[in-house]
Amino acid sequence: MTAAIEADGLVKTFKGGVRALDGVSFAVEPGTVFGLLGPNGAGKTTAVRILTTVLRPDDGRAAVLGHDVSAEPGLVRGLFGLAGQYAAVDENLTARENLRMVGRLNHLPRGVIAERSHTLLADFALEDAADRPLKTYSGGMRRRLDLAAALVASPPVLFLDEPTTGLDPQSRLDLWRVIEGLVADGTTVLLTTQYLEEADRLASELAVVDHGRVIAAGTPAALKTDLGTTVVEIVLADDRGVAASMEALTGIGGQPPRVSGTTIELPANAGPGVAMEALRLLDQAGVVPVSFTLREPSLDDVFLTLTGRPADDRGDPASVPASAVRP
Amino acid sequence: MTTIAGERVGAARVARGPLRRFRWGVSDTLTVVQRNLLAYLRIPEALFFSSVQPIMFVLLFRYVFGGAIHVPGVSYVNYLIPGIFVQTVAFGAVSTSIGLAEDLQKGLIERFRALPMARSAVLTGRTVADLARNVVVVLIITAVGYAVGFRIQTNVAAFVAGLLLLLLFAYALSWGFAVIGLSAPNSETAQVMSFPVLFPLTFASSAFVPVASMPSWLRGFAEHQPVSVVVDAARALMLGGPTASYVWQSVAWSVGIVVVLAPLAVRRYRRA
Ligand SMILES: Nc1ncnc2c1ncn2[C@@H]1O[C@H](COP(=O)(O)OP(=O)(O)OP(=O)(O)O)[C@@H](O)[C@H]1O
Ligand SMILES: [Mg+2]
Repeated sequence: MTAAIEADGLVKTFKGGVRALDGVSFAVEPGTVFGLLGPNGAGKTTAVRILTTVLRPDDGRAAVLGHDVSAEPGLVRGLFGLAGQYAAVDENLTARENLRMVGRLNHLPRGVIAERSHTLLADFALEDAADRPLKTYSGGMRRRLDLAAALVASPPVLFLDEPTTGLDPQSRLDLWRVIEGLVADGTTVLLTTQYLEEADRLASELAVVDHGRVIAAGTPAALKTDLGTTVVEIVLADDRGVAASMEALTGIGGQPPRVSGTTIELPANAGPGVAMEALRLLDQAGVVPVSFTLREPSLDDVFLTLTGRPADDRGDPASVPASAVRP
Repeated sequence: MTTIAGERVGAARVARGPLRRFRWGVSDTLTVVQRNLLAYLRIPEALFFSSVQPIMFVLLFRYVFGGAIHVPGVSYVNYLIPGIFVQTVAFGAVSTSIGLAEDLQKGLIERFRALPMARSAVLTGRTVADLARNVVVVLIITAVGYAVGFRIQTNVAAFVAGLLLLLLFAYALSWGFAVIGLSAPNSETAQVMSFPVLFPLTFASSAFVPVASMPSWLRGFAEHQPVSVVVDAARALMLGGPTASYVWQSVAWSVGIVVVLAPLAVRRYRRA
């Protein structure tokens, strides 16, 4: 079976020498969700822009439903819908007018455009605001309209670049349900995200990118077993016991513990023995934790193992490695 | 949620055959024109103040500077209005650069480039919408011109021919401003980048004063540059005098500008 989306050795260097993609390859099975995961600047958007014919690769090949994006860009553009990282909607038009414009530029018949707009405005909870100019919209509403616009033509392939960034939890859940519905109907989705929870829930295959390279790929479950670590999570009542606990726990479990606020995470791949020893050491140090749990590996741990930094690390001071904490 | 996928139409939306492609190209352009015109209508303040500016120019030259300017053989108001027409539509063509820079900045061009629409429609749709806007401006100036004493000295057909000639010229300029708009980092910069082109062209011309009054080093440029040629053609058509040579020259300028600058704009668009 041919892949619905194919990237084969994509390379892109921008002016100024940034090598955004350094030989990225992956393939997406028809009717599945593929997650492209990576930190800021990993090259996710660049890959999406190449796959959607907006940007030409310096090297490598990309194809959508078997059609090469460089050889047949016009044809390929008729096969996918795109919601880019930043909502690209016309501020001066209403939501309905925006959808009509995109429908027309997709050469859909009038009747189909009207019907699709009606359905999408309802599904994205924009009915009440449908005839208001976008100037009065909130960021999340714009985002939802942008997603609706990507769906007007009922494309068989969908590219969503960080689709839930900027959405409130309810809208995020709604969108997840929409995506699941689309996939059930046979749509192929390529999704980029920084939220591991999102990739975990939606994607059947993942590729983790960093510095323009795929550093790991597979199903979320496989990645977690191969690369994740079981973690002992200790929550303290306040930060008074943190320093003492850190001192007590350093040296067990193979890796240094990490602290975030009053939560301490201790890698425990060696098994439950680590947890038993941790409890004993805490007891000796006179620290009584509020909660003490043994957590199965999450994609966050996978990410940390792969890149040496957490997935959402944007210089957030609340989450620093233990070595950076002064007693 | 099953309705959201809709009917599978994707595979059928590929342009087959040159006729289909042409029809879609026209329809894409009209869609973009409509979208641009709607944007103008949605910001009535911009529309209002962009017509106030040429009216101010009419009043300024008619009543403030006009008394000091003497043009042999013609009343100054009759001399002035054809010049104001050309100056105004040339200024109006700057909206092409501002509009494109804004679309680029807001990511709309990126969206358009990922749609199965004609590549040319974004640029033709923009320039045609700006032409339509200039038509409205020309009608306003005609009314204001009449109010301050301008009178057609030839006939209505020749007057309309003059307007068509200068609108064609403005349309050609739009393609030049498209190049600027697609090279600018944002719309404000696009606007200020347009003025160094626009000012010498409109003011070092025969639009407001006879070229003969200028110093000789400037006269050579002022006499032969396209704005003067178009102004002289419009004047001949509206006020009388030999027209053929001016008319052909200004048509040649307009066509020449499009032939040279439109491919440049298209190239910029592909790379932007
Ligand atoms: N137009 C451009 N010109 C120059 N450099 C660019 C350009 N676009 C992206 N880059 C660089 O290429 C690298 C990859 O960028 P890209 O936008 O693909 O990352 P990303 O994975 O989408 O990140 P984010 O999560 O922040 O959206 C970054 O270092 C970025 O600075
Ligand atoms: Mg990105």
